Amino acid sequence: MKLRSILLCCALMFAGAATAKEAAPMATDVAVEKRMVAISEELRCLVCQNESLAGSHAELALDLRREIRTMIGEGKSDQEILDFMVARYGDFVRFRPPVKPTTWLLWGGPFLLLAGGIVALIVFLRRRVREEAAPRLSDEEHRRAAALLDQSKP
Amino acid sequence: MKQRFLIPLAVFFVLVIFLAIGLTLNPRDLPSPLKDKPAPAFTLPQLAAADKTFSPTDLKGKVWLLNVWASWCVSCRQEHPLLVSFSKQNDLPIIGLNYKDQGADAKNWLARFGDPYLLSAVDADGRVGINYGVYGVPETYVIDKAGTIRMKHTGPITPESLKTQILPLVAELSK
Amino acid sequence: MIPELGHFALILAFVVSIAQGVLPLVGARQGQAQWIALARPAAQTQFLLVAVAFGCLAQSFLGNDFSVSYVAQHSNTQLPSLYRFSAVWGGHEGSLLLWVLMLAGWGAAVSLASRRLPEVMVARVLAVLGLVGIGLLAFVLFTSNPFDRLLPAAAEGRDLNPLLQDPGLVFHPPMLYMGYVGFSVAFAFAIAALISGRLDAAWARWSRPWTTAAWVFLTLGIALGSWWAYYELGWGGWWFWDPVENASFLPWLVGTALIHSLAVTEKRGAFKNWTVLLAIAAFSLSLLGTFLVRSGVLTSVHAFASDPRRGVFILVLLAVVVGTSLTLFAWRAPKVGAGGNFGLVSRETLLLMNNVLLVVATGSVLLGTIYPLLIDALGMGKLSVGPPYFNAVFVPVMVPLLLLMAIGPMARWKHADPKAIARRLRVSLALAVIAGIGLPLLMGAWTPLTAISSLLAVWIVASGVFQIIERMKTGKPSAAFWGMHIAHFGIAVFVFGVAMVGGYQEEKDVRMEPGDTVQVGGYGFRLLTVKDAPGPNYRAAVGSVELSKNGRVLKTMYPEKRSYFSSQMPMTEAAIDAGFTRDVYVSLGEPLGNKGAWSVRVYYKPFVDWIWGGCLLMALGGLIAMLDRRYRLRVKVGAGVTAGVAA
Repeated sequence: MKLRSILLCCALMFAGAATAKEAAPMATDVAVEKRMVAISEELRCLVCQNESLAGSHAELALDLRREIRTMIGEGKSDQEILDFMVARYGDFVRFRPPVKPTTWLLWGGPFLLLAGGIVALIVFLRRRVREEAAPRLSDEEHRRAAALLDQSKP
Repeated sequence: MKQRFLIPLAVFFVLVIFLAIGLTLNPRDLPSPLKDKPAPAFTLPQLAAADKTFSPTDLKGKVWLLNVWASWCVSCRQEHPLLVSFSKQNDLPIIGLNYKDQGADAKNWLARFGDPYLLSAVDADGRVGINYGVYGVPETYVIDKAGTIRMKHTGPITPESLKTQILPLVAELSK
Repeated sequence: MIPELGHFALILAFVVSIAQGVLPLVGARQGQAQWIALARPAAQTQFLLVAVAFGCLAQSFLGNDFSVSYVAQHSNTQLPSLYRFSAVWGGHEGSLLLWVLMLAGWGAAVSLASRRLPEVMVARVLAVLGLVGIGLLAFVLFTSNPFDRLLPAAAEGRDLNPLLQDPGLVFHPPMLYMGYVGFSVAFAFAIAALISGRLDAAWARWSRPWTTAAWVFLTLGIALGSWWAYYELGWGGWWFWDPVENASFLPWLVGTALIHSLAVTEKRGAFKNWTVLLAIAAFSLSLLGTFLVRSGVLTSVHAFASDPRRGVFILVLLAVVVGTSLTLFAWRAPKVGAGGNFGLVSRETLLLMNNVLLVVATGSVLLGTIYPLLIDALGMGKLSVGPPYFNAVFVPVMVPLLLLMAIGPMARWKHADPKAIARRLRVSLALAVIAGIGLPLLMGAWTPLTAISSLLAVWIVASGVFQIIERMKTGKPSAAFWGMHIAHFGIAVFVFGVAMVGGYQEEKDVRMEPGDTVQVGGYGFRLLTVKDAPGPNYRAAVGSVELSKNGRVLKTMYPEKRSYFSSQMPMTEAAIDAGFTRDVYVSLGEPLGNKGAWSVRVYYKPFVDWIWGGCLLMALGGLIAMLDRRYRLRVKVGAGVTAGVAA
């Protein structure tokens, strides 16, 4: 039920792992490693599509993490590293879509929703308060009505 | 006043339309950002003769295919017969990019299943693959006379994709 | 024979569901008591028939009947028998059958546990469940029949995906589906109420325990799935905002809103339209989730192999079920009265704010989940919306919600005195601020996110404890009161766990040869050996890693890398040393070179188990609230049937 597709492609990539030749250079520098993890969490592993580069065990992810370490070592900025990935794999690799006209709705949507929700709430409450000002059933009457209703239905 | 009770229905209706369109699309079908960009340069040793190298500029002025393959790749074997028979019938140069493979395994594999390639360049550490945005071997690039990538096909080539997509493009570019 | 029997039972169930969906509804309209009385036996028969079908499929799996195509694809003779049983829901067809079984099961449960309800109401509720059942049974029978034969029969099955060969598969999908599908009951109550035009406090009281029950299952199901991903996928994450995770989270969010809104409708008769809409939305989102998972429109780790016909069928089903419900809503809702009055500062208002925030959160998650699809459908390219987006939009909505969580239960219905609330919250506020400053410093580093999370967690717990003490003075609190506070404590525990693991986890990715050591989070790890070990249907490389702290050896951990015979698929089995305040997590990567070196990932995860502990508390709270006496009170029966029919 779960994870069929990623496994399939992971299996394809891993088929070569048994004969892996080169040890991925594991970072010795903690700061570099931290930055590498932070960057690779923003990126999608294209092999096992819904994992991040940080989480994936696919060989391509190992290679790309190595590439990121190299670029950090070369003094590239985070933005330059992201651009490097986008130039090769497209916007699709970014888990945080860039803000541009096609993503305005995505980034603005939640705020619109929140604003809309608050406005609707205020309108609703004000109307209720106004209605309440008008003469309606008293509490006592309510209670009696509810009691009557409760008798008629179980 | 009462129209507001129709809002949920309207929102849902729009959603269903999008979902219906979504059904006709394939989410795994990723366009390559390298399309219509110059093919990234590289110089790599050849598989058959390690002392010789290959670089895309060697084929300037020709239309050619770059096919990324590896002996460990299961789907490569699936498309391989098609490439072999295609190479026998056409003189379109096909360059293999032997991606993250062992030299001996790769040579055995070609000996066993046939060699459709003009030559194979050895990308042992996968760096060239990264520059080409390779993520699912096999992948095939169509590169024009000016050295520009005109198309990328991810996954095994099928007789259908060869006939309907790759060949017409090659014919047009060769004019 | 057995598969044919199962298939036949399924066809019968389909026929029965038509009877269950149509006759009681017509009967209720025309006042025909016999037709109304059909509802209960029909629901129970349907459940029995689906259970027979399910049993037949299970028997085919246990008996290795590879002439059944579905069994041949998802099982193998080497598969241990527990997993052969759980493999029944290891693929699309069988898991859909599980869905239908759950639906029929909820229907049967309603038919048995609704003796106190008016017959005509029960008839309508069961009929709505029957109608939904028609759609899903047709889906199974016409596009996804698990009993299809394979000719000639396969000699050996293809095996169950190794990731699924885990106790996680045994419990996670049934729990999740129980929750998912359980919202169908709240939905059916809402539709029945809309049809009858009687949206009242009694309706809210009837549907409340059912809603809570579904929510409890869903909570457990999601938590189990998260825990499974944590130990099985080998990267130490517990939530990834994957489209399919979101598909289960969306009904949960709306279900949570529904539980709170039902409280207002039950106690005060207000927000009736809103409550009905939420009940429809919760189940609609369950159906939408089913569509997203099974149609292949989104890229997800959970995707089933997809068949376009299935996508079309379930989209039509979704459109019919939800479209009809929302049309009915648009037609009936304007006639519904406003209910009891309340002031600007009151528990009603606070619960409404809770609802607004939860719905905004739902909308944001839904937007992010389907946005790639929207953009693709408009031909504007491909993009990914992942964890960074969801964290960025979800967290800001949750903060005010958690702030309100401490205040809401303190406010009285109708009119609350803000000053009195403020006075009662003074101590909690002080404690929360101290925690916000102190706890992060105690953990080693102060960050805004860990600070605000600690503050919120303590805020919720302190005010809860204050209220409990206050209440104990005036007598024995009800089960509902306890349930609410336990569930809220669960949220606090959850939030604290999330913040701690997010803020202070440490990880290292290292190359280790036997004898090498690495230090993470104050713990020392020494790789002793990596040995080959056989398993029932796989071969494993088992590492022995010695865990120590301050030079004292604590234990040996055994992370595995398995290779399954049938699929040659590598699987990572992380070794986890779980603890109350931290997990230590070791996973074996790949062998490197020929010196016996391996790539190894080591994680230190403080308070990570609090995440699932919090979920357990939430579920426990729901369970206790559900058992409140008032839901079992027998309100004067008798008049019910006739009065109901007349309506």
